[in-house]
Amino acid sequence: MFDFVTFIPRAVMQSIPLLYGSTGETITEKSGNLNLGIPGIMYVGGICGVIGAFFYEQHAAAMNGFLAVLIPMLCCLLGSGLMGLLYCFLTVSLRANQNVTGLAMTTFGVGFGNFFGGSLIKLTGSEVPNIALSATSSYFSASLPFADKLGWFGKIFLPYGFLAYLAIAIALIASYILKRTRTGLHLRAVGESPATADAAGINISRYKYAATIIGSMIAGLGGLYYVMDYACGVWSNNAFGDRGWLAIALVIFTIWRPNVGILASMLFGGLYILYLFLPSGSLSIKELYKMLPYVVTIIVLVITSMRNKREDQPPESLGKSYFREER
Amino acid sequence: MHKKTGVPLFHISKRKALPWYGGWAIRGGAIVLAMVVCAIVTTLLTGENPLAVYATMLEGAFGTQRRIWILLQNIAILLCISLAVTPAFKMRFWNIGAEGQVLMGCLANAACLILLGDKIPNWLLILITVIASCAAGAIWAAIPAFFKAKWNTNETLFTLMMNYVATQLVAFFVIVWEVPKGAGQIGIINQKTEAGWLPQIGGNKYLLSILVVALVTVFMYFYLSRSKHGYEIAVVGESERTARYVGIKVKKVIIRTMVLSGAICGLAGLLLVGGINHTITTTVAGGLGFTAVMVSWLAKFNPLTMVFTSFLLVFLDRGANQISTDFGLNHSFGDILAGIILFFIIGCEFFIQYKLSFRKTVKKEEG
Repeated sequence: MFDFVTFIPRAVMQSIPLLYGSTGETITEKSGNLNLGIPGIMYVGGICGVIGAFFYEQHAAAMNGFLAVLIPMLCCLLGSGLMGLLYCFLTVSLRANQNVTGLAMTTFGVGFGNFFGGSLIKLTGSEVPNIALSATSSYFSASLPFADKLGWFGKIFLPYGFLAYLAIAIALIASYILKRTRTGLHLRAVGESPATADAAGINISRYKYAATIIGSMIAGLGGLYYVMDYACGVWSNNAFGDRGWLAIALVIFTIWRPNVGILASMLFGGLYILYLFLPSGSLSIKELYKMLPYVVTIIVLVITSMRNKREDQPPESLGKSYFREER
Repeated sequence: MHKKTGVPLFHISKRKALPWYGGWAIRGGAIVLAMVVCAIVTTLLTGENPLAVYATMLEGAFGTQRRIWILLQNIAILLCISLAVTPAFKMRFWNIGAEGQVLMGCLANAACLILLGDKIPNWLLILITVIASCAAGAIWAAIPAFFKAKWNTNETLFTLMMNYVATQLVAFFVIVWEVPKGAGQIGIINQKTEAGWLPQIGGNKYLLSILVVALVTVFMYFYLSRSKHGYEIAVVGESERTARYVGIKVKKVIIRTMVLSGAICGLAGLLLVGGINHTITTTVAGGLGFTAVMVSWLAKFNPLTMVFTSFLLVFLDRGANQISTDFGLNHSFGDILAGIILFFIIGCEFFIQYKLSFRKTVKKEEG
């Protein structure tokens, strides 16, 4: 019998980094910037949170719960925001090619995360054997106290740290802003046809910068969640794996709608760990299961381009830089 | 009465073509600036003398004769993949699926070696592996191309996803063919018989890849600049509408170019498995597919310049390897340096294409 009560919470925990990544990338892509640096930014967000928490744990006599959560979050937002700023500077102001910039950022970000993850102890000359931020992690993953007493309901819906609920809230807010506010409308206009939006008086650069930086910050929170909550405060190099690319796939799968992303990320999270829950089944077949999220995304990509419904298409100017003098 | 006119501090305009040394001077300046920033970062992070770090990099890349051969061989493979993606990029078809195409070439090669290893004469086996690798890469590239041609499916995202499908296929087959059972890896294929291993030229095991890639470089240079196909690729890249008005069948060009792109990626896979590693893992391509995108773009899609840009990136990688061993630093330090240098080179392209004109002092006009 398939064990849903264990499977669903684990699927949801897998899905939260993906949800953060895809919400952030959706906002960025809606402005026309294809930020392929999201995997790197998630690494940077995670490691900045780790660095912040590390220094706080080392130097605080007694840990204040509020600060223990606030400091890593601020560091994470700062780090990933700076990466987003760098991407924007290169692609919007210096009009570089977005694919190349994004891939360079991924290389840099993954290297940055792995370097500090491996060397933080040596660099700061501290005596701890490895970076295990269990105290900070316990603050992050503190769930509602009465969750255990509610049986299966508690196990499926309530055992998550606050970052998980924050992810869902951010996705819903983003979806609302994109669809129902004037700012969202302007952002979508910038992504679809910057020339038209420019003619209407919308400041293209400002929207692109804001969307990319905010999107990067949200994605960075995904990295933070992964380290602090899922991995219980222990950073292992490359443990985050290819989840960043899966988040980018999720953006396409959800047809650039963050609210669909909430359920879709759980689907992807579930597919990611499905192979652990299937009875017997050889190891090799389990590798094929890991392929499923990507195959499913490709199918969605093909079908939306075949049906060619205007609402389902990627933003028209995705990947292209805008230069007013060029027509 | 005078109007108050606000003149912006600077305005950006597109340059007319620079003399050829102008562009290279700007790029050279960017690299120098990048090196300075890297030196600052290195000193801040590690407290080591940056000159010592650079000396180690040079030693790691050129130190011994063996290292020089490895450097050349790595350049060859990276160059091969970069050459593969170049025709696609010239056509503005953003093929970032090179990683997957190389992996499929590796997979086809490994499949031939494992399944046909002892059953047919060696020369026939090698011939079959060459054809199979190139075909596998070509098919993997043709799929996104077909969908782009027919339904304008976004090729960046499609090729990106195909990478990971390919990685999982390789993972699947690694377990199916694992030796010994349960080890999770295949190990060296056909170690005793060396069946299907690409021949070594003159007893030097590095030379074959270098020679093959040198040939491909020359071929690609002439293909892109002197052949009819190359001309069609350039026109489609500049403006698809113009190509259609001129009578070029854009769909055919897209599919044909991607088949070529995938085939050369498959060739790189052949060299990786049959010539160098003689085994297959999910990391055998080691992210080269993505690096190749940057190499190709940095070289402005010119095959001859690509030799230098791939040299730069391989040099950084080999040097970083040496640094991490010598100074006890994490290997990822090289990625950080590579990232910084790439950012500077990417950024400097702006100054080559556009120029900033600062505002001169304006005399007020009396009304």
